[in-house]
Amino acid sequence: MSANEPIRRVPDTAEPPQTAGPGAEVLIRLEGVRKRFGGHEVFRDLTVGFRRGETAVVLGSSGVGKSVMLKLILGLLKPDAGRIWIDGAEVTALGESALIPLRTRFGMLFQGAALFDFLTVYENVAFALREHKRWSEDTIREVVRQKLALVDMDGTENLYPEELSGGMRKRVGLARAIAMDPEVILYDEPTTGLDPVTADTINELILRCQRELRTTSIVVTHDMASAYKVGDRLVMLDEGGVIADGPPEAIRRHPDIRVQRFIHGNASLSAAPPQGGTP
Amino acid sequence: MGRFVAGQVGGLGEFTRFTARMLRWILTDFTRWRLLRPQLYEVGVRSMPVIVFTGLFVGMVLAVQSIPQFEAVGRAAWSGAIINLSVVKELGPVLAGVMIAGRVGGALAAGLGTMKVTEQIDALRALGADPVRHLVVPRFLACFLLIPFLTIYCDFVGIVGGYVVAWGFGVDVHEYWMHSADVIENFDIFAGLLKSAFFGAAIALISCFKGFQSRQGAEGVGRAATEAFVVSFMVILILDLFIVLFLQGVYDALWGRVSIFV
Repeated sequence: MSANEPIRRVPDTAEPPQTAGPGAEVLIRLEGVRKRFGGHEVFRDLTVGFRRGETAVVLGSSGVGKSVMLKLILGLLKPDAGRIWIDGAEVTALGESALIPLRTRFGMLFQGAALFDFLTVYENVAFALREHKRWSEDTIREVVRQKLALVDMDGTENLYPEELSGGMRKRVGLARAIAMDPEVILYDEPTTGLDPVTADTINELILRCQRELRTTSIVVTHDMASAYKVGDRLVMLDEGGVIADGPPEAIRRHPDIRVQRFIHGNASLSAAPPQGGTP
Repeated sequence: MGRFVAGQVGGLGEFTRFTARMLRWILTDFTRWRLLRPQLYEVGVRSMPVIVFTGLFVGMVLAVQSIPQFEAVGRAAWSGAIINLSVVKELGPVLAGVMIAGRVGGALAAGLGTMKVTEQIDALRALGADPVRHLVVPRFLACFLLIPFLTIYCDFVGIVGGYVVAWGFGVDVHEYWMHSADVIENFDIFAGLLKSAFFGAAIALISCFKGFQSRQGAEGVGRAATEAFVVSFMVILILDLFIVLFLQGVYDALWGRVSIFV
């Protein structure tokens, strides 16, 4: 199967996709979230929602809490205050066992891929299937083959993560994240540390997952090329909350100087561009 | 000071919850032999060389130090009783435990600590799996089940080491074995193996917990490995004292107090 073939789900359990847009249902909502690590306050009052079917890119400088936000959504971290809603249900206070069914609806690509180094590529991608599906090993093998083919990593089943390059690990991490055909995919810095061509390949894969699996995607990055390429909507975090939120074009013209400095990668920029113009 | 005490009590509470979670998995739903097999190999097979080396030299050193003392009072063959009883009851289990704490405990803490800092533990949770079930239970079972067997090996080579030295010193080996057989009871062997099972459980729990608590970076992982060994070592000594006191009480209650000198 080449990378351009459509993705097949095995078995086919997909719900009919809903169209993203301003009127689409809010799938994930964080309300008044506060999170502190020791003396460092990451979020003071984070309120943001993500609509079903959209690809939202969360921007912000290092240490602003982008990855923390993803971990809060998955329940890997608990907020100190505030509430998190997923598909209409509040999940903030759920215990580890109660969160498991919820997590199976998500896929997450970690920053360093976080592949299990004691398992082969095949076992990594098959992990969630073996854990949650009562499928035969033949069915699992077929799904793993398809997912690896989707990320152009066919033939690497028997390799260990240490034998893969950074870009290959990210691709296998993505195959693992989509193995269960999740409703939502969370991408934590998917292109960080990759060369521009490999980074663009990852961007194409994100777009392809969005287009063919119709997932809701939240992409955390500080790579503006990636943000503009994959995002329907950009959300910028700073000073413990959201400082800008809108479609890419609106963010490009956003009057806040912190946003302009970030998107232009220019710390000495002293004035925001005029409305409607290019800085 | 108050903060230190609060930290220690909080840490103990977390350790208790961690242990309870692991026991719940073992008692309710541990069927992942695929996960246990590599741990059995790591803890059992790969620890054999260090265990054999430790046991052999402990037995030989004990013999070298004790045989001249017994020779001085014309009872060289009696040294067999002391050497072998010491190996079976005390030095075999404790030194095997200490060596496992160093070789396996440090590696467990470093391995799990690395998994934590590379987000592999978060990835397990994100995939809807419990890291305690997948990572801690197999390591715990491997240590708990195999350390008694490693202790048997340690005892065996310790006894052989003592015998070789006794033979080298010209001790009457028939008498040497006779005195050993007269003094060492099944209860002594059982006591040594029971202790080692507790040591194995303690090493696995402490090392896995320290690995899970590891701070970020190479320094955090290194510190977790060091703490795992130091705490395991101290707990082995403390457990040793209390288990010996308990077993001594059990023995006295069942068979009355006896001395190897009468």
